[in-house]
Amino acid sequence: MKQELTRRNFLRVSAITGGGMMLSLSFLNNTANAETVAGAAFSPNVYIKIGTDGSILILAPNPEIGQGVKTSLPMIVAEELCVDWKKVHVELAPLQAGFGRQTAGGSGSVRGRFTDLRKAGATAREMLVSAAAQTWSVPVTECVAEDGMVIHKSSGKKLAYGDLAAKAATLEVPKNPTLKDSKDFKYLGTRVNDVDAHKIVTGQPLYGIDTRKEGMLYAMVSRPPAYGKTLSSVDDTAALKVNGVKQVVKLKNSVAVLATSTWAAKKGRDALVIQWEAKEKLENSSEQFVAFKEMIEKGATAPNRKDGDWEAAKKQASKTIEAIFELPTLSHGQMEPLNFYADVREDKVELFGPTQVPDSVRKQVADLLKIAEDKISISSPRQGGGFGRKLMTDNGVEAALISAAAKCPVQVQWTREDDMQNDFYRPAEMYRYRAALTADKLLAWHQSGVGIGRAIRGDSYVAGAVENYLSEGQGLKSNTPTGWWRAPGANTLAFVAETFMDEVCTELKVDPIAYRLQMFEAAKQKPVGKLDYNPDKYKSVVELVAKMSSWGTKTPGIFRGFATWFSFNTYVAQVVDIKLEKGRPKVVKVYCAVNCGRVINLSGAENQIQGAVVDGICHAMFPKVTFVNGAVVEKNFYSYYMLKIKDAPLDVAVQFVASEEAPTGLGEPALPPVAAALSSAIFAATGKRIRKMPFEEQLG
Amino acid sequence: MPKYTLFVNGQSMTVEADADTPLLWVLRDNLNLVGTKFGCGVAQCGACTVHMNDVAMRSCSLPVSAVGLNKIVTIEALSPKGDHPLQKAWEELDVAQCGYCQAGQIMAAAALLKKIPNPTDKDIDDNISNICRCGTQVRIRKAIHLAAKKQVK
Repeated sequence: MKQELTRRNFLRVSAITGGGMMLSLSFLNNTANAETVAGAAFSPNVYIKIGTDGSILILAPNPEIGQGVKTSLPMIVAEELCVDWKKVHVELAPLQAGFGRQTAGGSGSVRGRFTDLRKAGATAREMLVSAAAQTWSVPVTECVAEDGMVIHKSSGKKLAYGDLAAKAATLEVPKNPTLKDSKDFKYLGTRVNDVDAHKIVTGQPLYGIDTRKEGMLYAMVSRPPAYGKTLSSVDDTAALKVNGVKQVVKLKNSVAVLATSTWAAKKGRDALVIQWEAKEKLENSSEQFVAFKEMIEKGATAPNRKDGDWEAAKKQASKTIEAIFELPTLSHGQMEPLNFYADVREDKVELFGPTQVPDSVRKQVADLLKIAEDKISISSPRQGGGFGRKLMTDNGVEAALISAAAKCPVQVQWTREDDMQNDFYRPAEMYRYRAALTADKLLAWHQSGVGIGRAIRGDSYVAGAVENYLSEGQGLKSNTPTGWWRAPGANTLAFVAETFMDEVCTELKVDPIAYRLQMFEAAKQKPVGKLDYNPDKYKSVVELVAKMSSWGTKTPGIFRGFATWFSFNTYVAQVVDIKLEKGRPKVVKVYCAVNCGRVINLSGAENQIQGAVVDGICHAMFPKVTFVNGAVVEKNFYSYYMLKIKDAPLDVAVQFVASEEAPTGLGEPALPPVAAALSSAIFAATGKRIRKMPFEEQLG
Repeated sequence: MPKYTLFVNGQSMTVEADADTPLLWVLRDNLNLVGTKFGCGVAQCGACTVHMNDVAMRSCSLPVSAVGLNKIVTIEALSPKGDHPLQKAWEELDVAQCGYCQAGQIMAAAALLKKIPNPTDKDIDDNISNICRCGTQVRIRKAIHLAAKKQVK
């Protein structure tokens, strides 16, 4: 197959002493970097491989799902290693001991690895400097590393890393290498393009869906058409007659059709005659919301948090306000439909495909196939979005089971309809908020939330800033599978809590930014109960966004809303500007201030923030999943509407609070507040409160 | 299985496929041109956008039997060296996040620039309807404007 041959040409694998497998590289369409690692090399840890010819390979340890870690993590290594970034080649690491937590989730890759990756780079740099000092018989203190060279300061002598690699490999690995002073950082905090940028814009094979291997068959799977239904019987006579169909494989609750092309597999799959039997309740979204309402009225058996006394405070209040919020089920809608390649043999298994948790996939496959984990190799290519969908292992495990049953390598491809009906959804939720107010103060706050599956938990910054606080959370038992969806919990809680906070500000006739700043000051001076955030950092972003947006000034025809949120250790504040076009809101510009500690890659960081803002607008405005008798009504993008460029703001201005602190999460934190800022802007423009998603349906 | 002769990326190619096979799968599975992506299969997301006679076309919904000898161009042949003004602008502004939809976005934008060399924001709104869940639309718009400027130079 053409691609396989191409890969072989470009990626020769040769064993090297001490370093395990060494990738020998000459680069596809990347001639500026075209150096070849040859022969013995230096690899003091799993992340770095340096060839005698000076070529440098840095492995990115965590799955790349669009959050930019294939670029940002190696940047951290390269910074301490003191190499020319343009000459570094980056590859995604396979799942392998020594790399630590190889998961993409919880906005945790950079924040979890910052120090270790710095040490990995510094270790190699110190060894190369020592190797040079020994070569020249001079003290190491007289030598410095720069752009892939060690320089003897007084004499000006230079040795390239490639020339030092063999000698460095013989030296002892230092335990506590000295890290660079941050003022000497050359790359961290600057704009660096995604390492795959050129391959992406030229359509080169990068993704799981592009996998083509010798002897593999394409598979499509018929899975239950509704939650609550299970496989009863299958007639595959017609399917087997479809041109190109080779095999039909029956699994526990699904049927796979294997064929010589994707289209043949799909036609075969569609030709299966299957009887599905309803074994459990077939649920409806409308009934779920009725149940939510009843549960909220009944109340939880025990509060999640209780400060002061809500009931007593309510009696002292001059006014009590209440609002109900409704949030629909959402699908992940990552652009690359799920897929996975598996080649299961008697004595070894090869797995390759999109997953945020390769270790979990390997473990489950090992358990199910009763094969030792060390016989299973797994790696993931660049992935067409994750958003939490691939924290679930179903696509990888299913492919392995099909390959095992069919006894051949298989690439399982999902359709969009498969993704929509077989998701682990952002659960539908309902919240009721109550606030007790005096003439000038929020006296008490009562939050009550219900969702499908897990009991609702989590609080806003109001907890800790208000004397009387009560929050309750409940979960509705359901057979709808739920899971993690970008900024889980926060993506709904920020909308409801911050929209209600705007309602409180409207009632109190106070400026929403000034009042928040007062609350943070109160939380700082006299915290009520446990404080789960840093009020000064909250203030830092609120004050910055006020400045960025010239808050307080008025532009004719522009209406604004504000919201702020803290999640994944990162503080975000946003101002959304809208205008009305034929009475309908159109987002014009969003201002976003972020405190995420040190920024690693300014371009990537800004891209994550801009993207999360647009993603947040998309899901506030447009899509929803509805269940009727356990089946998803919105089967594809014609009814599950996703934002188009015409719906996106023209600009999302981003500023980061200058910080020397360790980096915190970036892939998720900018999404949660957008919906609240947008709903508050719509209220400013129209006087109508939007308390239900998707907003589009509320706008008439 | 019937045979079809197609004119793809400047070359005449013969493929064997069922008449109803979408051009997308012929490109990907028969011709190994995998830069064109599958996203929805129903002409909604635009990940599969190619050019047919210089016009943007969603290849997932175009059966191979309807293609004939119309001139098809995929992302792999948009420019000889990956240096189309849009490709350069996309790199310069670091547009991509996951990158999966971007080949389709670029092909849609390239067809727009053929039609309207210096598009306004409204032209972009009216002509580009591809989906990107990463939310790169802000940078996509800027990259289209930047490419339009580059074209003039």
